Amino acid sequence: MFTKPIHIKLFFLAVLIAALLLPLFISDAYMFQVVIMSILFAIATCAMNLIIGFTGQASLAHGAFFGIGAYGVAILTKAGVSFWLALPAAAVMAVLIGLPVGLISLRTRGHYFAIVTLCFGVIMWIVAGNWIELTGGENGIFGIAPPGDILVPLIGRIDFSSQAAQYYLALAFLLLTLWALYRIVYSVFGLTFMAVRNNEALADAVGINTFTTKLISFEAANFIAALAGGLYAIVIGAVSPSAAGYGLTFNFLIYLILGGIATLSGSVIGAFAIPILMESLQFLQDYQLLIFGALLVVVIIYFPMGFVGGLRRLNQIIADRRRRKKSEAVHVSG
Amino acid sequence: MELFLQQVFNGIMFGSTYAIVALGLTLVMGILNIPNFAHGHLYMLGGYVTYFFFATLGLGFWLSLLASMIILGMVGVVMERVVFRPLTGQPPINDFIAAIGSLVFLEAFALAVWGPQGLRITNPYPETFQFLGITMTVQRVLVIVAAAALIVGLHFFMKKTVLGATIEAVAQNREGAMLTGINVNRVSAITFAISTATAALAASFLSPIFMLSPSMGAILGMKAFIIVILGGLGSIPGAILGGYILGLIEALGGGYVSAAYKNVFAFGALILILSIKPTGLFGKKEA
Amino acid sequence: MFLAKSLTKLFDGLAAVQDVSFEIKQGEILAIIGPNGAGKSTLFNMMTGTFKPTSGLVFMDGHNITGLKPYRIVTKGMARTFQTTSLFDQLRVIDNLMIGYKWRTGLGFWNTLLHTPKWKAYQTEAFLRAMEILEFLGLTDKSEFFIPALSQEEQKRLAIGIAMMGKPRMLLLDEPTGGLIQEETDRITRLIQRIRDQGTTVCIIEHKMQMIMGLADRIVVLNYGKKIAEGSPEEIKSNQAVIEAYLGGEVHA
Repeated sequence: MFTKPIHIKLFFLAVLIAALLLPLFISDAYMFQVVIMSILFAIATCAMNLIIGFTGQASLAHGAFFGIGAYGVAILTKAGVSFWLALPAAAVMAVLIGLPVGLISLRTRGHYFAIVTLCFGVIMWIVAGNWIELTGGENGIFGIAPPGDILVPLIGRIDFSSQAAQYYLALAFLLLTLWALYRIVYSVFGLTFMAVRNNEALADAVGINTFTTKLISFEAANFIAALAGGLYAIVIGAVSPSAAGYGLTFNFLIYLILGGIATLSGSVIGAFAIPILMESLQFLQDYQLLIFGALLVVVIIYFPMGFVGGLRRLNQIIADRRRRKKSEAVHVSG
Repeated sequence: MELFLQQVFNGIMFGSTYAIVALGLTLVMGILNIPNFAHGHLYMLGGYVTYFFFATLGLGFWLSLLASMIILGMVGVVMERVVFRPLTGQPPINDFIAAIGSLVFLEAFALAVWGPQGLRITNPYPETFQFLGITMTVQRVLVIVAAAALIVGLHFFMKKTVLGATIEAVAQNREGAMLTGINVNRVSAITFAISTATAALAASFLSPIFMLSPSMGAILGMKAFIIVILGGLGSIPGAILGGYILGLIEALGGGYVSAAYKNVFAFGALILILSIKPTGLFGKKEA
Repeated sequence: MFLAKSLTKLFDGLAAVQDVSFEIKQGEILAIIGPNGAGKSTLFNMMTGTFKPTSGLVFMDGHNITGLKPYRIVTKGMARTFQTTSLFDQLRVIDNLMIGYKWRTGLGFWNTLLHTPKWKAYQTEAFLRAMEILEFLGLTDKSEFFIPALSQEEQKRLAIGIAMMGKPRMLLLDEPTGGLIQEETDRITRLIQRIRDQGTTVCIIEHKMQMIMGLADRIVVLNYGKKIAEGSPEEIKSNQAVIEAYLGGEVHA
């Protein structure tokens, strides 16, 4: 029912192998850091895609939940809790905090959900900057230790202080996220998300509890965003209010829309291509957001499905043309 | 008592700004049903344009204010035409995204042109005087008076002029207005222009009092949204009343409770009220 | 099997529907007709849970379902379509159908994430039911199509098919042939007859008199929010109040 053609599967396999071999080819520590960050942003963007792209609810609190994950891990590990416990704990915390936010804002309709979630995002950002005893205020929390070693059967002891190890850790979480989202999205259950996005009244009329569906999507997105935030805390080794800000939400939104909304690969491509593009176009640094702001408007008006959507359309046009040629050829010979 | 009165005075001044900014936003939301997240950023731009005419070109305060209103009015028209009109008929989420794109653009624009450091216009009316034991500056009183004048003026415009009546007709029933031969696109453009020009007016009056910075629009824009929701989408009296109430809450809360969390009160109030009444305080009931 | 008991709905104090009671019997086709603005859609929306009645009760198989949300009412064995053809137009035909089966299954978050045996069984079940409905609608070869590629009539048939997916015992159709030409109307009419022949009770709102007279077993007539007549097509045809409502409606208005 939901299988992909073989050449696309092979392409994904090639990308995976390239990703696994990547550390062998990156010698520049700074660039490596950019790549790891991109992976974390890709995880968060995938999660945003679930609620915005697939479910059609403009959750603008995404940066805040990323921040809850980052601060959660920072605070807990500083208190002596193992990272391996702190990470899931922070993600569960994001879900718990998300619950009242979702219960309140999803009852409202249309514009209200976006506005309430954005307000929540701003509150979290202000709290991160002002609750000095807990968050360190504007300075944030620094000196967050990398995760402790773990023992893996067959491989042995893994030490996470190296960049390569952190890269594989981030990559593993990205793959896990994609795997989970793939299962969720391409299923009857996933169809209910799209049903809510597409026609809420009809979804309701065919027996879908639209409120619960939205809440599940929102919370799953929050959980994943917080995981990405928690990883961010240990990769950077520090968190500050900007890791919980609404500016971050806007960045994710840019990755999501430019990469391609409501496609799994679009979020990943957006979150990878854009930060790396920005690094390589240093001379544009000052005008970055000027360009991306304008691009966001242009893309949403003219290419609402983003890069991947554009590719799909191109693919379809080529296929149509080929089909037409074939039928013309038949006509001529007949 | 003096502290209290001083806070009330400040609250009314803040409230005046909020009321004007929210007024512009509610016009656009009520009539065009566009959630213009960039409204606060247009306010910010208005402040900078005033700065440009006043400080860079050396025009007088009132002339700069007028120039800023005209330019922002034009920016509003362009924005409606280029950003939002092509999205008519698309899912509302696209409007949000376009608005966010615009605000990211506007903030980056101000940052590129004027830099991140705060700028201030020399106060044209720095004189202070004492009244009821509290200190007032003329400029602050001017903000309050100008806001009141604008609100009264806008009221007469909406109620007594043909254009105002047309705008109201479109707000109430877009299709119906179209059928009676009203050029809805023109009305949309004019509404946008009024909305952005009034934002520029508010920013101009405040620019001698507060620093201009590229990021100042974000929080103000969101507060305007909160006021509009609490006051009922598209309700002009709701926006005005909501603006003054929020100004007072912030000033008193900031003075007596916590200055650091001053900005949280508005957002907290919104979440609290929506949890009790999902359509806003004065919101119409959805059928 | 279905009972509406003195349903009333006020909008701003004005009665859109006033004290309407009627019954739908197992296996019949009941039509609700009336001139424009008679309150048909309001009544329909109260039956399906979209509106809460101001007063009055709705029963399905003896269970009080008044005030239940639409998604809960579906689980009581009652499915509906919408007046303007309502589909998931961003999705394929087969996806549209499978969504309609979801409430019957335990396809939730965890089952889907973990691909439990239950998930597999339900997913197959939904797929098979969708194929069955596609066959019934005559749309088997269009299962992978997106909605805009379908004709008006195919869209109307699919809308009925989505409602059928959850195996309802009663189907409520809101102007199922609106905007169609005679030939297409006839085909939809036959489809509705086949649905009834399968044992599903049908309730239709229509204003195409001719079509209804040939299709319905019984008819309820509304005018100005009140029930003015009920009976077989023959009885309705000769009912004085109905004739007045339809012919004299314009004079009064």
